[in-house]
Amino acid sequence: MSIIVENITKYYGSYQALTNINLEIKSGELIALLGPSGSGKTSLLRIIAGLEQAENGNILFNEENYTHKHVKDRNVGFVFQHYALFRNMSIFDNIAYGLKVRPRKIRPSKKEIEQKVTELLQLVKLEGYKDRYPSQLSGGQRQRVALARALAVEPNILLLDEPFGALDAKVRKELRRWLRRLHDEFNVTSVFVTHDQEEAMDVADRVVIMNEGKIEQVGTPEEVYDHPINPFVYDFLGSVNLFKGNVQQGKLVTGNVEMNAPDSEDGVSTGYVRAHNFIIERKASGKDSIASIIDHIHTMGAIVRIEVIRHDTNEPLEIELNKEQYMELELRKGERVFVRPKELKVFVDYMAGI
Amino acid sequence: MAVRSTKFINRNKHEGEDVFISSPLKSIRKSWGETMTIMTEAKRKNKRTIPGFGLTMGFTLLYLTIIVLIPLSMVFLNTFSMGFQEFWVTITEPRVVASYKLSFMTALTAAFVNAVFGVLIAWVLTRYEFPGKRIIDGLVDLPFALPTAVAGITLTTLYSPNGWIGQFFSFKIAFTPAGIIIALIFIGLPFVVRMVQPVLENIEKGMEEASASLGANRMQTFIKIIFPELIPAILTGFALSFARALGEYGSVVFIAGNMPFKTEISPLIIMTKLEQYDYEGATAVAAVMLVITFLILFTINVLQWWTGKRYSGK
Repeated sequence: MSIIVENITKYYGSYQALTNINLEIKSGELIALLGPSGSGKTSLLRIIAGLEQAENGNILFNEENYTHKHVKDRNVGFVFQHYALFRNMSIFDNIAYGLKVRPRKIRPSKKEIEQKVTELLQLVKLEGYKDRYPSQLSGGQRQRVALARALAVEPNILLLDEPFGALDAKVRKELRRWLRRLHDEFNVTSVFVTHDQEEAMDVADRVVIMNEGKIEQVGTPEEVYDHPINPFVYDFLGSVNLFKGNVQQGKLVTGNVEMNAPDSEDGVSTGYVRAHNFIIERKASGKDSIASIIDHIHTMGAIVRIEVIRHDTNEPLEIELNKEQYMELELRKGERVFVRPKELKVFVDYMAGI
Repeated sequence: MAVRSTKFINRNKHEGEDVFISSPLKSIRKSWGETMTIMTEAKRKNKRTIPGFGLTMGFTLLYLTIIVLIPLSMVFLNTFSMGFQEFWVTITEPRVVASYKLSFMTALTAAFVNAVFGVLIAWVLTRYEFPGKRIIDGLVDLPFALPTAVAGITLTTLYSPNGWIGQFFSFKIAFTPAGIIIALIFIGLPFVVRMVQPVLENIEKGMEEASASLGANRMQTFIKIIFPELIPAILTGFALSFARALGEYGSVVFIAGNMPFKTEISPLIIMTKLEQYDYEGATAVAAVMLVITFLILFTINVLQWWTGKRYSGK
């Protein structure tokens, strides 16, 4: 089922949580709403679910206006960050709940319910747990139950609010892969909220990046990572280094360094370089080589993160090398090196002149 | 020797002591020694973050003994000073039996009414915002603050056949069991409200939202999700309200009319016996009440334990 979000505006008192949000989600897509806390991503999800009402705008499911429908009539599956399982019910009863509360006319028979729940328990690999209570399960297991409970009613749309936010890193990774497989199998239109960019990139078909109640960019993970349309998106996706300077005739001048920026307008600008887009050398190889001193070396598994201090401006830079590059270079702390950006993106500072 | 022997026992070396301690005593000391080692092991495994268990536990026991246990056991001790025959005659006297029935019936009814309306009031106070909410919230505690005799006199004036409220009813309220129930509802009102209120406030909102998103209507959400969460608090409130109502004397004597066999409550019988210097008789009646009350509260506790067990799934 497709979703259209039309001009949604939401206030909390005088605080504007969402401003004119427009978004189209195709049937069967898996979408991530990504943004820092307070960006309005959860509000948007809750408005799509019908748990909250927007002041302005419409929500359309399959081009039918659902704006004023109550949450119970929208047939959405909602998964909460803190699971929200019914703690007075066994796992079986939790999953069966959505079927049991249906009006008598459309309620499946006891046998059908049992069959459905058993199927779902197999799907979430918790067959042996049906008589337990939520308090006896681990976080990952609880969230799987919550997912099964949401899927039991065969929802048109699956909405997940930071579903893996309360879990530890390993379980998180497992569960998000599993969610992706589940989505491919059921092909239900899904929207999930996250503040973890890695999670969004890993799982989603398209990523919606939000900030301060507005959508900054929508696109596939590759699009938003490789072609961020503004400094916020660049900064938010992955670690990035900033070079404040001036663009003159296609060159960004920052400190003692000149970098090529052929397509940029002249004026006060900032250059953005991702941490893994640097080359470290022992000798200067051009005007864009930045003389620096190695300040720290952190080995984090397959990646080595190196912090250097620029010689000219004393500003720190963060550089990521893979293990092989690092071993080849035999870098030492305190050593003098030259750092050269491989890829540079320049955004004009519109605010600078004001 | 004492010092030496404990040392030995703690090390689980008993050989040297066989000569000195006779066998039954030895086995007791032996098991004591084992308990000691188990306790020290437990101590090591599970160090409490805040020390002082011994001191606080000791104080708790002493305090409860002085405040609760000794006075209550005096009731039974005093009763034992009369023979069983005499005791039986006193407690089965028709007038006394009628008072038991009245006391328990009115107290249970009042507690039940308080349980129903207490939940309602707690619901309104936690779920809605309206002007004057604070004042209403404060009103709930008023029955605690008011001297019960004042409450009794006020209620009697209002509910007597010519009173402000009493005149609208074709039947008598004051000077009948109905009047007693009203007085008992009044004094027991805060218990259920104050027990249920915090629980309602803390119910995870997500559970209700989850229920609604799964297609349940408001009634289903209340009955299946919210109410089960409230049961333990309601039971506790009910028990407190009941216990308070059973012992209530001050407000009831005014509104009851105190007619033997009809509106005479057990605490009044006890009072009357005391005034006639029949201490044994008074404590005998009290002892029976105490036992019945204990049984009822015990049942409620078992019920509570059972519901609690079901839902934490332990």
